[in-house]
Amino acid sequence: MNLRTIPLSAWIGMAGLAVALVCAAFAPWVAPHGEGDVVGDIWAPLGGDFLLGTDNLGRDLLSRLIYGARTTILVSLAATVLSFAIGMFLSFMAVVRGGIVDQAFSRFNDLMMAIPTLIFALVVLAVLPQETWILVLVMAILDSTRVFRIGRAVALDVAVMEFVEAARLRGEGKLWIIFREILPNTLSPLLAEFGLRFAFAILFLSTLSFLGLGIQPPTADWGGMVKDNKDGIIFGVSASLIPGAAIALLAVCINLVVDWLTKRTSSLKGGRGDA
Amino acid sequence: MPDLLSVRNLKIEATAYPPGEPPRTVTLVDNVSFDLTKGKVLGLIGESGAGKSTIGLAALAYGRGGARIAGGQIGLNGQDILTLGPKEIRGIRGARVCYVAQSAAAAFNPAHRLGEQVIEASLRHRIMSRAEAEKRAVYLFRILGLPEPETFGRRFPHQVSGGQLQRAMTAMALCPNPELIVFDEPTTALDATTQIDVLAAIKHAIEETRTAALYITHDLAVVAQVSDDIMVLRRGRTVECGSVRQIIEMPREEYTRALVNVRQSIRQETADQSDPLLKVEKISARYPNGFEVLHDVSLHLPKGQTLAIVGESGSGKSTLARVITGLLPPSEGRISFNRKELTPALKDRSKDDLRRIQLIYQMADTAMNPRQTVRDIIGRPLTFYYGLRGAVKTARVKELLDQIEMGNGFIDRYPAELSGGQKQRVVIARALAAQPEVILCDEPTSALDPLVAQGILELLMRLQKETAVSYLFITHDIAIVRAIADSVAVMHRGRLVRFGPRSKVLSPPFDDYTDLLLKSVPEMEVGWLERVLEARRMESTGN
Repeated sequence: MNLRTIPLSAWIGMAGLAVALVCAAFAPWVAPHGEGDVVGDIWAPLGGDFLLGTDNLGRDLLSRLIYGARTTILVSLAATVLSFAIGMFLSFMAVVRGGIVDQAFSRFNDLMMAIPTLIFALVVLAVLPQETWILVLVMAILDSTRVFRIGRAVALDVAVMEFVEAARLRGEGKLWIIFREILPNTLSPLLAEFGLRFAFAILFLSTLSFLGLGIQPPTADWGGMVKDNKDGIIFGVSASLIPGAAIALLAVCINLVVDWLTKRTSSLKGGRGDA
Repeated sequence: MPDLLSVRNLKIEATAYPPGEPPRTVTLVDNVSFDLTKGKVLGLIGESGAGKSTIGLAALAYGRGGARIAGGQIGLNGQDILTLGPKEIRGIRGARVCYVAQSAAAAFNPAHRLGEQVIEASLRHRIMSRAEAEKRAVYLFRILGLPEPETFGRRFPHQVSGGQLQRAMTAMALCPNPELIVFDEPTTALDATTQIDVLAAIKHAIEETRTAALYITHDLAVVAQVSDDIMVLRRGRTVECGSVRQIIEMPREEYTRALVNVRQSIRQETADQSDPLLKVEKISARYPNGFEVLHDVSLHLPKGQTLAIVGESGSGKSTLARVITGLLPPSEGRISFNRKELTPALKDRSKDDLRRIQLIYQMADTAMNPRQTVRDIIGRPLTFYYGLRGAVKTARVKELLDQIEMGNGFIDRYPAELSGGQKQRVVIARALAAQPEVILCDEPTSALDPLVAQGILELLMRLQKETAVSYLFITHDIAIVRAIADSVAVMHRGRLVRFGPRSKVLSPPFDDYTDLLLKSVPEMEVGWLERVLEARRMESTGN
C-alpha cells in the first residue's frame, strides 16, 4: 500500500471519521459542558456563549453532539460488527456445508428479509425491555440478513476455486477452510460492505431514536437530538438541523472511505490488491 | 508482385505499473519487420509474452490493453495504416483485415444466431447486400466443412461444438472477402482430434479464397502445416525468419532448435507391472443428475512408475482423478491402495490416506490461495501432516524449494509475483511436502509454453527417480505420453479403450479410436496434414 495512491476524497473521509472518533473517545475532555447539564436558555441561538446554541431544555448543543457521537458511533459500530460476525459465519457455513444446511439457512434468511426491517424492529423493541444491549442485538440480527446474502454470494465464487478443493483434499476442517482459505479472499468486498452497513446502522439507530425506541433520554444521541428539537423548526430554530447534519456528514465521510476501499478491491487474479 | 502487408521496424510499447514503483515504459515488440504477399500464410511463433498476438493486432492498427504502437510502419497494399485517422481505420478493420480469436466461445455473442454474426461485418461495411452475404456465408460454411451449411447460420453459438464454433469464426472473418486474416491461436483450445479438422478447414478455406493470413501459435507442429513461412519471436524480437522447411529442418538459431526438439523422449519405460500400488477396479461414476461419466474402468499403477491417461475433453479422464481422490464417490467398483481398499468418500478417509494421494492441477493460478505466501502454501501440509513449526518448518520449505529448482528468495512471494512455470513448481512442492506415494497430475503442463512445460516434465521425472513416487498423469498430448509414460490408458466417452505398457498401447494393431487419436497429433514435418487427409480420403473411398 502506498500513501500517495490514496485519493483526496478518501483523505477527507478519513479526517472526518478521525474527528468523530476523537469526540467519541474523549467526550468528557473535549466537551465544554456536561451531557445533561442545563446551562442556559431554551434554544439559545448559534454563536454567543454557546457555539451551536442550546436545545429544548437549555443544554449546550455542542456538548450533546460530542457525547452523542459516543453513543451513536459505539452502538452502530457494535451492531455492525456483530451483524458481520453473525452474517459472515452463517453464510460461509452455508457455502462450505452446502446442500440442506445451505437451503435451510438461505430460506430462513429470505423469510427474515421478507419482513420490513423498521416495522420488525419497532415491534420487537416495543415488547422487549429498553436496554442498550438489546437494541444492539436487534439491530445486529436484522442487519445480518443483508450480510448473509452478500457473504454467501462472495463466498460461493471463492469456494469453487481449486485451492479450496486442494484444502479439502488435504483433509482440512471446515473452520480452516472458512477462516484461512475463503475469508482472506472475500475480505475486500466485505470490508467495503462493512463501511456501508456502518453508515446504514447510524441512520437506522437515528431513526429508532427519533421514533422514541432507540437510545433513551437523558443519554445524548444524534437521532434523539433531532427528535427533541424538532418542534423548534416551527419557530425558525435550527437546533434540530445540526445533529441531522452531523449524521449526514458522518455517513458521507464513511462512504468516501468505502468508495476508495471498493476501488482497491482486487480480483483474485490481481493478487494482493496493493497495486 | 507487391507485398500485401509490409511491416517495417515495428515498435510497440506499454506502460507498466509495478507496485510501489513509479510507472515505467516496457517494450513489447522491438524492431520487427516482415513482408507478406497475397495468398501466403506467415506463421508467428513464440512463447507467451513473445509479442506475437501484439504484432497480429498491430496489423489492424490496434493495441490491446494499453499497448501502443510507438514506431515503424505497417503498410497495407502500400498504404501506411498507422498514419490513418480513426474513421479510415474503422473502414479497414473487419473489412480488409479480419481477426480470428483463440476462444470462439467467448468471441461470439451468445444471444444472436451465428449467421447474423457471420455476415454482420459485411453488411456494416456495405461490402455486399444481405442476400449476397447470406449466400457467401453458406458457401463458406460449405468449404469449411460445417454440417448442413444451408441452415447452419440459424443456430445459436451454444448449439454447436467448439470445433464448429471456431470454423464459424473463420467464416465470419472470411465473409467480407478480406485481404488479410489474423488467426490468433485458433486451435489451441481444441482437442487433437478436433484440431486437425479445423486446421484442414482453415487451410482449405485460405487456398480457396486466396487471402493472405498471419497465423499465430505457440505450437511449431501446427504452424508447419498451414504456413508458407515462419517467423520465430522471443521477448518481442525476431529470432529467425524463413521458410517452413528451413525452420523445421535446418534451424539456424539455438532457440529455434530448442523449440523443434522439445519433448523428445526423456526416459525408457519400465515394463514390470506386477506389483500395483494403486488399483482401480470396475469403476463407474455418475453425476448427481444421473449422467454416467465413467463406465467400468479398471487400471493399476505400480510404485515409482507413471501411468498416462489420454483422451479428449469429455472423455472422463479428470473425473477418474476426482473419483480416486474421493471427491466424487463411484457408483460401482472399488479402489485399493497398497492392497487395502480405500473408502469411497473423501470425508471418511483417514488423514494418512489423504496424505498418500496428492493432486496437481492444470491451472496453478487457481490452485493456490492468492492471499498466502509460498511459505504458507508449501508449509501448510508440513504443519498439517507432520506437525512441523517454526524454524524446522522453514528449513524444510527451503529444502523443498531447492528440490523444485527455485531459490530461497521466493519464500515470501505471493502467487501473483511468480511466473506460470514457477507457480506450477510451487504446486508440485506443495504436493511433495506431504511425501505422497501417488501424485495425480491433471494436465499440469497444458497451460504452459513448450519449453517451460519441458522443464516441469523433467522436474517431475527427476523427483520420481529421487523419491520413487508414482504419477497418474492425465493429458491430451500424445507427445508427453511418448516422453514420460510407463503405461498408458486411452479413454473415450467414459470408457477405457486401451490399457497397457506404453510400447504396446502406442504400437499397432490399433483400435479405431486410438488410431484416430494418434494420427491427429500434428508432427513436426512439412506436409503431414496433407498426408493424413489423403490417407483418410483413401480409407473412406476404400470403404
